[in-house]
Amino acid sequence: MRRRSLLTGALAAPFAAAAATGCSSKGGSSRTSGGRTTISYGMWDTLQVAGTEKIIKAFEAEHPGISVQIQLTPFPSYWTTLKTAMRGGSAPDVFWMNAVNLQMYAEGGALRPLDPFIERDGFDMAVHPEELLRMYSYKGTRFAMPKDFDTIGLWYNKELFDKAGIKYPDDSWTWDTVRDAAAELTDPRAGVHGIAAEMSRQYTYYNTIAQAGGYVIRDGRSGFADERTIEGLRFWTDLIDKGHSPSQSAMTDTRGRQLYLSEKVAMNYDLSAMASQMYAAPAIKDHGGVAVLPEGRRRGTVIHGLASAISSKSEHPEAAWKFAKFMGSRKAALIQASEGVTISSYAGTQDAWVKSMPEFGLGVFIDMLDYAVPYPASRRTTVWENLQPQLLGGPFTGKGGIESASRTLARQMDLALEQEK
Amino acid sequence: MAVFPSTAAAQAADRRRSRAAERGSTPSPRPRRRSQRSAYLFIAPIALGFLVFYIWPLLETFWFSFTSFGVFGGNTWVGGENYEGVVRDVTVGQALGNTVLYMLMGLVTLPVAIVLADLMNRRGLRGVPVYRALYFLPFVTMPAAVGLVWNWLYNGDFGMINEALSWFGVDGRYWVSDPSTAVYAIGAVMVWSHVGYYLIIFTAGIKAIPRDYYEAAEIDGAGPVRRFFRITLPLLSPSIFFATVICVINSLQQFDLIFVMMSPENPALGETQSIVTLFFKWAFQENAQGAAAALAFLLMLLIAALTYLQFRFQKRWVHYA
Repeated sequence: MRRRSLLTGALAAPFAAAAATGCSSKGGSSRTSGGRTTISYGMWDTLQVAGTEKIIKAFEAEHPGISVQIQLTPFPSYWTTLKTAMRGGSAPDVFWMNAVNLQMYAEGGALRPLDPFIERDGFDMAVHPEELLRMYSYKGTRFAMPKDFDTIGLWYNKELFDKAGIKYPDDSWTWDTVRDAAAELTDPRAGVHGIAAEMSRQYTYYNTIAQAGGYVIRDGRSGFADERTIEGLRFWTDLIDKGHSPSQSAMTDTRGRQLYLSEKVAMNYDLSAMASQMYAAPAIKDHGGVAVLPEGRRRGTVIHGLASAISSKSEHPEAAWKFAKFMGSRKAALIQASEGVTISSYAGTQDAWVKSMPEFGLGVFIDMLDYAVPYPASRRTTVWENLQPQLLGGPFTGKGGIESASRTLARQMDLALEQEK
Repeated sequence: MAVFPSTAAAQAADRRRSRAAERGSTPSPRPRRRSQRSAYLFIAPIALGFLVFYIWPLLETFWFSFTSFGVFGGNTWVGGENYEGVVRDVTVGQALGNTVLYMLMGLVTLPVAIVLADLMNRRGLRGVPVYRALYFLPFVTMPAAVGLVWNWLYNGDFGMINEALSWFGVDGRYWVSDPSTAVYAIGAVMVWSHVGYYLIIFTAGIKAIPRDYYEAAEIDGAGPVRRFFRITLPLLSPSIFFATVICVINSLQQFDLIFVMMSPENPALGETQSIVTLFFKWAFQENAQGAAAALAFLLMLLIAALTYLQFRFQKRWVHYA
């Protein structure tokens, strides 16, 4: 008998486990049990799970009839999984959306338009930055509720600056100041470079393209053939050519952020959301600082943010909307900000985030909102984004000129944009 | 799923048999058909699996290759447009070149494995099982883990390879992110991780060669090198043929190592892209599933053609004892 019960126990175990994780193993479609509606929330960042759980707890306290389950999918497979789940009808009810994918999902009918809900509830969307609202609209319809934003700042290492006897960066800095400082901060014997000129859209060259007065995409045409755009790219390739930054080959093996964290570069353009990671590194907590991005022909920084979108296939659109709305509310924004992971997009809630890491002076990220440019996107953003490393990789490793590479990129990007239509 | 129909059929057969037993007589003897039927029953599980997981997707892919694939459903017929696009795309040519390069590097594994197998079958060598296990280990290790570990070894600033080179005063490179070395760096890992598999095949092949031949040759005064070329190689040719066919098929489908070792920002991405990584990019990142299906189908035709040619020409060099 004992033997039998052991055996049946062993057989039953996987089923019990499947039942316990019911939602996620069935692909996360929603269900109703015992009068409670369960919806799922798809996200990718493990760093934000703890904060999101707190927000969910607050939400469930307000809405006793709804419970929310987090569905975590790591970023590298997030979009592939989501697309497949969409086709199979098992996508989460509410999920994280970014600028790169919004237009494709909206056009494909995968998202539920938010306008009817917003109008019915009279939710004031103007509490979120205008750039984000535009980013998450497609053909005049709003498709996602912003929850946070990122801008790019100039992270620097005070100790390396002190050693070289250079004043810390501030809002008086221009491209020339950066170039001069990078030259002086570079110390080949110590293996230290002045700056990390990494080939990265969001962190580096999209910012300088905007600062040079260029653009990435406008009216469905590529901006990479534009003189100003090329100027924005050349800012970085020049730094590599002069040896003031490691080449892209080196930074593929060890990313610019890692080099900054291990104090091998004195300056690095990086995301506001990385602050908590920087803060967790003891050396950087002591030596790190951040300033607004230096001015080119004009000021500029790339703004991007995540938003909560509702699946068009959700069986509980009403509960899903309530949760998405809560994610964009002041209450959720304050919880999120105090977690210190990311800047909440709700106006006036950013202070908690700035104060969570007082040593850094994170206020600069919010100051830059005045001249932030939205992260460029189209309906098939990934296609022309994938062209960039392939064509710009040469110049960023010191092989070939940036101008011809950029013009080739413009031609191929225009072809790709042509096919979108 | 695949087992249900067959078990149902088996039960039906059981019932018939028991009914026959009740009547106390065997049904009219048609032994050939009976045995054929049970043969079909036996292969049914695998045949059904093959139909569901290989043939059906194959047909579906063929159909997709003529459609424009809606990201969230809904395919529309576009005729030969996808095939036209594949032929005109410059990255396909580059990926094809890289794939052929991977195939050639993959084929390098075979002579290495043959020599190792021969060495390990020398009489009097101790610890052969240990060596065999050591060589086989990389093959049974997850490619993702292999790729990650090799990336650390290859790291230009902190990697062990460059560290070792620096003892000899050699300045190492950024092996996997330098466009001129990346494809070979990946190829080396490929060879390293597959040599164990072919080693096993060749060891089995060598063991099947009668000892008498070697003894006779030794008496006639043939040295080890001569014995290798005159006895081992010719009599191993069936194994070599099998290994070549498998190796060509596998290396033309090279994906996992490249995918793991090359980050999206790697400047050597274009120089290392294979047909299958390009397929992945089109199908799962850029939502060009139609074109990707066409590409996959063309790759299948290429593999089929190469395999056919190999079978065609095997008569010229394969000796079946």
